[in-house]
Amino acid sequence: MSAVTAATSSPASAAGKSGLVRLGAAFVSRLVIIVPYLWLLFFFLVPFIIVFKISLSQTAIAMPPYTPVLDFRSGISGFISEFGALNFDNYTWLTQDALYFNAYVTSVIVAAISTVLTLLVGYPIAYGMARAPATIRPTLLMLVILPFWTSFLIRVYAWIGILKPEGLLNQLLLATGIISQPLIILNTYTAIFIGIVYSYLPFMVLPLYSSLEKMDHTLIEAAKDLGCPPTSAFWKITFPLSLPGVIAGCLLVFIPAVGEFVIPDLLGGSQTLMIGRTLWNEFFANRDWPVSSAVAVILLLLLIVPIMLFQRAQARAQEQDQ
Amino acid sequence: MNATWSRFNIISIVLGFAFLYLPIVLLVVFSFNESKLVTVWGGFSTKWYVSLFHNRGLMDATWVTARVGVISASVATVLGTLAALTLTRYTRFRGRLLFSGMVFAPLVMPEVITGLSLLLLFVAVGLDRGFLTVTLAHTTLTMCFVAVVVQSRLITFDRSLEEAAMDLGAPPVKTFFQITLPVIMPAIVSGWMLAFTLSLDDLVIASFTSGPGATTLPMKIYSQVRLGVTPEINAACTILIAVVAVGVIIASLANKRREVQRQRDEQAAQRG
Repeated sequence: MSAVTAATSSPASAAGKSGLVRLGAAFVSRLVIIVPYLWLLFFFLVPFIIVFKISLSQTAIAMPPYTPVLDFRSGISGFISEFGALNFDNYTWLTQDALYFNAYVTSVIVAAISTVLTLLVGYPIAYGMARAPATIRPTLLMLVILPFWTSFLIRVYAWIGILKPEGLLNQLLLATGIISQPLIILNTYTAIFIGIVYSYLPFMVLPLYSSLEKMDHTLIEAAKDLGCPPTSAFWKITFPLSLPGVIAGCLLVFIPAVGEFVIPDLLGGSQTLMIGRTLWNEFFANRDWPVSSAVAVILLLLLIVPIMLFQRAQARAQEQDQ
Repeated sequence: MNATWSRFNIISIVLGFAFLYLPIVLLVVFSFNESKLVTVWGGFSTKWYVSLFHNRGLMDATWVTARVGVISASVATVLGTLAALTLTRYTRFRGRLLFSGMVFAPLVMPEVITGLSLLLLFVAVGLDRGFLTVTLAHTTLTMCFVAVVVQSRLITFDRSLEEAAMDLGAPPVKTFFQITLPVIMPAIVSGWMLAFTLSLDDLVIASFTSGPGATTLPMKIYSQVRLGVTPEINAACTILIAVVAVGVIIASLANKRREVQRQRDEQAAQRG
C-alpha cells in the first residue's frame, strides 16, 4: 500500500495541488463503489454459497440446530473433510417425496394465476389513473402507494376478519340474502388469491401507470379518426405500448409470490400447500437445516430466469430514462 | 385530457381504491369495538388501547422494532445512496453486471430465501442471533430499495450544475456535498422512510435472523394472530398505521413546501 502511494504521489506533487485533489477524488470514487459492493457480496452473495454448501451436507450428521455447520475454525483439513461429506441425498430426497414436488408446482401455479388476476385488476386502475386530469394524478399516485407503507402483515391479517365463515363478507352476503349458507373462503386457495392480489396490487399498478402515462395519446386519437374501433385500438396500440409496464409488474408480483409465506400461512391454512411455507416448517418445526437449504436452492433455481428478466427490464428502463 | 377520462376510468379507480382501503378501514373501526368478538359490533370503546399499553411483551417488541428500524434505515440510506451513485455514475467497471444484479435481486427475492441464507451466514461466522443480526439483515434488504429510489432521482439530475461547480474550482467531494446532495436530498429522505417502514414491517427475515431477547413487533403480532384474531391486535395495528400515515403526510407536506419554495426561488431568479 505504501509503495503504491509513494509511486503515485511523486507525479502528483509535481502536478501540484490539483493532482492531489484528483488522486483524492479517484480514491473517493473507488470507495463509493467498493463499500456497497463489499457489503452486498458479504451479505447477499456469500450467504447463497453457504446455503448451497449446507444443502449438500448430510442430514444424518448429528448436530443440534444451533451449532455451526461450516466450521472454518477447524482449518483446511477439516474443511476438506467436510467436502468429502458432501452429497446430493437431500436433493434425491426432495425429488422422491411427492410433497415437495407438489408444493413447488402448486406455488408456481398459484403465483401465475394470482399474477394474471392482479394484472386484470390493476390494469383498469392504472389506465384510469393515466387518463385522469394531470392535477389529481399525483394524489391518485400517492393513494396507490400509501397502502404499501402500511404493514404487509397487518393488511393480510385484516382479511381474516373479512373472509372468516362468521366474518364480515359472509355477514353482508347473508344479510342481503345473496347466499343462505356462509361461504368457506378462509383456508382455501381462493383466500390466497385474494391475499396476493390485494397485497401486491401497488407493485402491478405503479409500473403499469408509469408506462401508460408516458404514452402519446394522440396515437389513439389518430386510430380513432381513421375508423379504428376503441377495443382494437386498445389491443393494437395501448396494450403493446404498455408492455414494458406489464412485464415489470408481472415479474414484481410473480417472483415474490412463488416463495410467499405470510399469505399462505395466515389465509391458506393447513389445507393449502406452498413452498415458502414448506421451507419455513422444515426449518422452524423440523429444524432440518440441510433440507430447508436444498428447498431454498431449488426455489432459487426456479426463479433465476424470472429474476434475470427482471434485472434486464430494470436496466433497460434505466437506459431509456437517461 | 378530461374528455378521455370516461366513466369507466372513474369507476375502475373508485372500485380499485375501495378494494385497497376497505380492509384497512374495517380493521381500524373494529379496534374500537367494545365486544371481544372482532366481527360483531358491540359499541365504541378504547379499552383495547388501554390493555395494549399494559401488555409488556408488545411494548418491549415495539421498542426493539423502533431501534432496529432507525439504525438499519440509517446505515441502509448511506449504503444505498452510494450504490445508486455507483449505478448511475460509473457505467463501466469490472463486475458492474454482478453489482446491479445484487442490487436488484433482493427487491424480488422471496423473503424465506433471504432470511435463511442470512441466518446461515451469521451461524457460519459465529455471530450470535439477536439485535445485531436483525439490524444487519434489514440493512442489507433495505439498502437495495434506497438505491432504487435515489437512483431514479440521480438519473434525472442535471449534471451541468456539478460541472459548473467543478469548473469554478470546487473539488469533487465538496461538489458532492454542496451541490449533488442537497438536490437529491428529498429522494434520500424518502429512501430512509421506505427503509424504515420495510424494517418495521418485516416478519420473515426477522424471524430467521433474530434470537432470544430481540423479538420484533411483527413477530409478536404474528405469534398472537396465529392464536386468533383479537381486538388488541387490531388496536396495535391501528397505532402502527397511524404512525406511518402521520409520517407520510408530514413528508409529503414538507416536500410540497420545498417545491413551492423552489418555484418561488426560480421565479425570483428569473425576475432578478
